[in-house]
Amino acid sequence: MATSNLATAPVPEMQYDTKVFDLSKTTLRELNQALHDVADGSNETAWEVLNPKGSHAVAVGVNAPISVDVRGSVGYYCAGMNQQATITVHGSVGPGAAENMMSGAVVVKGDASQYAGATGRGGLLVIEGNASSRCGISMKGIDIVVRGNVGHMSAFMAQSGNLVVLGDAGDALGDSIYEARLFVRGTVKSLGADCIEKEMRPEHIEILKGLLERAGMTDAKPEEFKRYGSARTLYNFNIDNADAY
Amino acid sequence: MCGIVGLFLKDKSLEPQLGAMLSEMMVMLTDRGPDSAGIAIYGSAAEGQGKITIQSPSPAQDFAGLDAELSRKLGAKVGMTVKSTHAVLDVPAGELQAAREAISELRPNVRIMGAGEAIEIYKEVGLPEKVAARFEVSKMSGTHGIGHTRMATESAVTTMGAHPFSTGPDQCLVHNGSLSNHNNLRRELRREGMTFETENDTEVAAAYLSHKIASGMDLGQALESSLNDLDGFFTFVVGTKNGFGVVRDPIACKPAVMAETDQYVAFGSEYRALANLPGIEQARVWEPEPSTVYFWEH
Repeated sequence: MATSNLATAPVPEMQYDTKVFDLSKTTLRELNQALHDVADGSNETAWEVLNPKGSHAVAVGVNAPISVDVRGSVGYYCAGMNQQATITVHGSVGPGAAENMMSGAVVVKGDASQYAGATGRGGLLVIEGNASSRCGISMKGIDIVVRGNVGHMSAFMAQSGNLVVLGDAGDALGDSIYEARLFVRGTVKSLGADCIEKEMRPEHIEILKGLLERAGMTDAKPEEFKRYGSARTLYNFNIDNADAY
Repeated sequence: MCGIVGLFLKDKSLEPQLGAMLSEMMVMLTDRGPDSAGIAIYGSAAEGQGKITIQSPSPAQDFAGLDAELSRKLGAKVGMTVKSTHAVLDVPAGELQAAREAISELRPNVRIMGAGEAIEIYKEVGLPEKVAARFEVSKMSGTHGIGHTRMATESAVTTMGAHPFSTGPDQCLVHNGSLSNHNNLRRELRREGMTFETENDTEVAAAYLSHKIASGMDLGQALESSLNDLDGFFTFVVGTKNGFGVVRDPIACKPAVMAETDQYVAFGSEYRALANLPGIEQARVWEPEPSTVYFWEH
């Protein structure tokens, strides 16, 4: 029953404030440097970016298990090379969003411009609106789920990973594709060279079910999709084509 | 690279701010094209009046007394407003062609940037911000306008190589991209009687469209036909007396974003250019489809 003349304000329950960066007041470089400086085991796990106004390279190169909420639309290369982080854009993204993502997740609440998820090696890219041309070009292991449509030349030279499109796909889907899986619920305007429709076997339904769950799009049924992939005729040099070289 | 902005006003109350809005949009895209900039602005067309925008490397010498000399030569009143290296001549609409001929006779060094009933064109080498300030673009009013920031690829960094290009009455064109068949096309168009001021690819596209329009097509048909005849990368924004059009090549690697509200239709190479427009948060924002002609008219 000690007495004390110290103030006895109730001690607030321990919590860590969201780190807020207002890009109308702070430079992009400061934001990205601060994101890169997050140390292993840091308590600064919640970040928020205000007033991006179409800025390029917002939250690029993050390599920590943090969440970043971007309030507004961004320009080129948002969330590029992401590792571990969950980056949510509450707006639309310009070209090259989540380019070369390694792991983690990028969620776009609006639309994505061209080559979203290009060359991605891992992680999950969710686009809740439409993606334009070349979505998932040269993807190498990333999973991409698009609620709307994708534009022409999507999954061009896709090597591995999954592209799921709940809407329609544009011209030349999966041109020169290697081993990525493409699932499209709507129509495909045309298939690219060496891309064919393939049988939807039980294991594909399972994979697709998991992807839709991870993307929070469980209103779509895996059975409604068609699967497309490589006919594997461009894999090896064919002597009959020698004259073409 | 290059940057394009366009603004078409539906709300008349914004017309006094057109120049200010357009120059802010253009300056925002400085890093897409820091070597030159240009703007085409469509003001209210006075009945029976025409405008010719001219440019001179030595404006003090070339513009001195030009209005009086032209008035005498044409037998009609000619007004002149000088803005830095450019001047806008007000001539009766029926005298536009005669005035062009008289200008090249009276002042051989003067270049004609554009002519028509509503169009004024200002373009120069230099940072977009400096170009906009030089011509006091932010004070201009109008119904619609187009701006361009240039990073030169196909021809030299000169005033005449800057965009917009105007090759027909009240018509202008800005371009992001590069055409690969412009030499051939220039030869063909020369045979058809078109004249060229530069070795620039975009000027060929502008002349192509003007030629198609002169031979009876409307702008929409001319843009459709450009998709078959032009080879290369392009996002074009085209201005006419009453509106503007947008078309992208089938590959569509040159970026484009559009926004529409009850007050305006806006075009930008990037969303950044649109981010400060009034009501942008509620605007319909979309990416124009490849090989698709879009057009808005008053």
